[in-house]
Amino acid sequence: MVPLSWYLILAAALFSIGLFGALSRRNAVAILLGIELMLNAVNINLAAFWRYGNVMDMAGQVFAIIVFAVAAAEVAVGLALVISVYRKRNTVIADEIDLMKF
Amino acid sequence: MSIELLIWLIPLPPALAFFLIVLFTNRSKALSHTVAVGAALLSWLGSMIVFMRALRVEHLGEHPFESSVNWLATGDTWLKVGVLVDPLTAATLFFVAWTVLMIFIYSVGYHNYGQPEGEHDHAGLPPHGATVEAHGHQHTVPSVEPIYSRFFAFIGLFAFGMFILVLSDNLLTLFVGWEIMGLCSYLLIGFWYAKTSARDAAVKAFMTTRVGDVFMLLGIVYLYSVTGTLSFREIFTEDILQTLAKVPSGFLGFSAAGLIGLLLFIGTVGKSAQFPLHVWLPDAMEGPTPVSAMIHAATMVSAGVYAVIRMFPLLSLDPLTMTIISFIGAFTALFAATIAVAQNDIKRVLAYSTISQLGYMIAALGIGAYVAAVFHLITHAFFKALLFLGSGSVIHGMEHGVLHTGNHEVDPQDMFNMGGLRKKMPITFWTFLIGGFALSGFPLVTAGFWSKDEILADAFGHGHWWVFGTLAIAAFLTAFYTMRQITLTFLGEPRTKEAEHAQETPWTMTLPLMILSVFAIGYGWVGIPEHFPILGGLVPNWIHEFVGGTLAEHPESVAFNWIPLLTSLAVALGGLIFGWLVYRNVQTPAEDNFQIPLLKNKYYFDELYDFLFVKPAYWFAETFVYKWMDKGLIDGILHVFDPITNGIGSFIRKYFDLPVINQFFGDGSAEVTYWFGGKLRAIQTGRIQQYLMYALLAFIAIGAALYYFLLT
Amino acid sequence: MTGEQIIFLLVALFTLGSGLMVVTTGNLIHAALWLVSTLFGVAVVFAILNAGFLAVVQVVVYIGAIAILFIFAVMLTRKDMRDQGPQVNKNWWIGALLSVLTFGGLYFLLQGWNGLSRTAADIPSGFDAVAELGTALVSPDAYVLPFEVASVLLVAALVGAVYVAFNRK
Repeated sequence: MVPLSWYLILAAALFSIGLFGALSRRNAVAILLGIELMLNAVNINLAAFWRYGNVMDMAGQVFAIIVFAVAAAEVAVGLALVISVYRKRNTVIADEIDLMKF
Repeated sequence: MSIELLIWLIPLPPALAFFLIVLFTNRSKALSHTVAVGAALLSWLGSMIVFMRALRVEHLGEHPFESSVNWLATGDTWLKVGVLVDPLTAATLFFVAWTVLMIFIYSVGYHNYGQPEGEHDHAGLPPHGATVEAHGHQHTVPSVEPIYSRFFAFIGLFAFGMFILVLSDNLLTLFVGWEIMGLCSYLLIGFWYAKTSARDAAVKAFMTTRVGDVFMLLGIVYLYSVTGTLSFREIFTEDILQTLAKVPSGFLGFSAAGLIGLLLFIGTVGKSAQFPLHVWLPDAMEGPTPVSAMIHAATMVSAGVYAVIRMFPLLSLDPLTMTIISFIGAFTALFAATIAVAQNDIKRVLAYSTISQLGYMIAALGIGAYVAAVFHLITHAFFKALLFLGSGSVIHGMEHGVLHTGNHEVDPQDMFNMGGLRKKMPITFWTFLIGGFALSGFPLVTAGFWSKDEILADAFGHGHWWVFGTLAIAAFLTAFYTMRQITLTFLGEPRTKEAEHAQETPWTMTLPLMILSVFAIGYGWVGIPEHFPILGGLVPNWIHEFVGGTLAEHPESVAFNWIPLLTSLAVALGGLIFGWLVYRNVQTPAEDNFQIPLLKNKYYFDELYDFLFVKPAYWFAETFVYKWMDKGLIDGILHVFDPITNGIGSFIRKYFDLPVINQFFGDGSAEVTYWFGGKLRAIQTGRIQQYLMYALLAFIAIGAALYYFLLT
Repeated sequence: MTGEQIIFLLVALFTLGSGLMVVTTGNLIHAALWLVSTLFGVAVVFAILNAGFLAVVQVVVYIGAIAILFIFAVMLTRKDMRDQGPQVNKNWWIGALLSVLTFGGLYFLLQGWNGLSRTAADIPSGFDAVAELGTALVSPDAYVLPFEVASVLLVAALVGAVYVAFNRK
């Protein structure tokens, strides 16, 4: 029997890894990769809680479905932005896209 | 309406006239004089009704018409003010109402109502004349007074003051009326304010009477402090009078009554132009003639005598005060008469004559001749008003001549420019003659004879020889200068072209003359003494009975004696004849032997006062107070403060305001904020990963804090 | 240790390991491919959790669309075919620290919850998770509204992405 905690720890670890990626990678696309990892960790969490709670209540799964949709939308737009920025500034390195600095 | 209410209302119409003219009708001459004369008429009507009612009351002196109201709360009691009509008031009211009305009517004609406005006329200057086209050539005619309405407003205010004074039942409102008239005197003497001489005369009048008024006020205050009341009926009771007679005032041995009387008398000395405060009255002739007539002959100066008459019960308590009063009265009578002999201006003669006659009345009071003084007051008001109005008529006639010849160098008021005016101005001549004879005391048919004779008889009968002698000599001089005046003005032939072209004045001026001459003749017959030869006893001595009833003890009439009667006949007729004899041949001032410089210059009193009082006052004001104290001392102190405050101010500015407030707080806070902002902007790198890190850091920190504080 | 646990541990290790590779590898294509494997591992986790539909959707949507999209984006945003320089930025250690802190915080929070050690209940027989999910998604008193809103969101994202990345020449 797998205790719930294992799933949650898995999700937490995956989330932290994704966080590290979002914070530390130079490439803008790589940052988005990290964000994807974080979203997946959230999904694992949701599914785990659905399974380990009331199975009849579909809220967990529905939430996970919605997260899917949101993640997809976000990736689409995000990558579109990155491509647009690349076309303009000819770079995808996040540190160089700093026009909004003081 | 009750008689008391009517009495209250008598002073009201002239006051209303004043306000109405000033506020509303100032622009319309016709409306203004209508309001004023109408008001005088109403007051006259009220006065006549009150007089008639007063005549019918038995023993009016014991229960007069009176009415008073509580006015000023003084602790537990009230100071009451009100009206009082006792016999003295009724008799005074009679002549005041008549003379005021006559003078109001006269003023309409005097100020040339109906004449065109002069081209060069200016408000504040006497009217100059207007050119009109008539029968093909140009004519100068008298022009109407520019500030016509103002005159009527002022005399309305004056009449108000006089009525208040006459009708009041206490010293306070008497003094109020007194002061109102003083103000109007100032305003009216200085009516033609653009003339320097008029302005100076107005100030002189006001200042001189002020001196008297100050002492009078002191007297009133002292009286109040001793007795606690100012109401006549309350003062003139036995206990109060006895108290006043006994309480020593601590001043030169006078009793309280004596000192109060003396102080009040000094007010009269100022107001009635007695020596030594007589200097203002001749100069007051600068005002228009109706003013001279009303204020300085018939009413205001009479008010001074009225006040002394009113306070007679108080004054008679101290013999020293009475002696002083009689001395000043008699001295003034003689003194002024001697000056009048040497004056050439027709109005100046009358002015000194007024001073002299007032001296008569004052002397009469000083020797205790109460009824005689009142009698002479009333007759004098009538014939002196008549004489002044007559002189105004003469001057108008002469001015007509001046305008005709165009020679403005000729003084229309100088008697030596006149002559023969009896043919040109007959009404004026006959009325002036009547007035002049009344003044001289022409026997039997003039009022002045009866009243003057009464005074002389009283003086003789009670043994006041010095007063008798002085007054007799003064009577001689009075007749002398009066005849001089009449001779030079009316008799003989015109001495100048202007006199040849003189013209009689319109009815508004001659009618009052005629009415007043009736009184100048007839009023004497109400005071025929009982024991007078032949005529005595035919007509009751109404004056004696009626006015004498004002006093608590009815004064006894003096026994008849031939000596004062013969004396007065001699001086009156002798003076008149002598005057005519001397002056019928005098044509120029050079021929006039009586033009002694000492007399002409009024004994140099003006110069003396100027040296003693006026110049020191100016010096005090200009040099001492202004230059030394104000500019020197006070400004000097301020100038000392100037660098000190300046220094303090600069110090604070330099060492506190600028560095601390401006730099430290003001600029300093800005600098700090700027520096802080500069340092803080480093956070905003524009790099999202750094933003993320900051956000996460903050989130962890806050989460941990919340967890720690909320959940554990 | 039961078989379930062992299987779970293997799958977890696989997923975490792939995840680590995603965020550390220098080559971006490799990172995208490692992402694919991570996503696959997550799908297996879903399967273990009896969320069959989720597992399939994970594979189809995430791996089949999103990961491909990532690869497209990587290719479109290269100047040349090689990656240049280090793939982590200057302050990567702060990021590492923060993520460790986050993990620690989450772990710590989890420790305080008592329901942590509960085990999975048995699924009742005849329970069709997919059918139930389908009903939940379209039934008016369940979650049809979020479902429809999600579709609107996707339309918006579609329009937005096209508009943002449109090449106006």
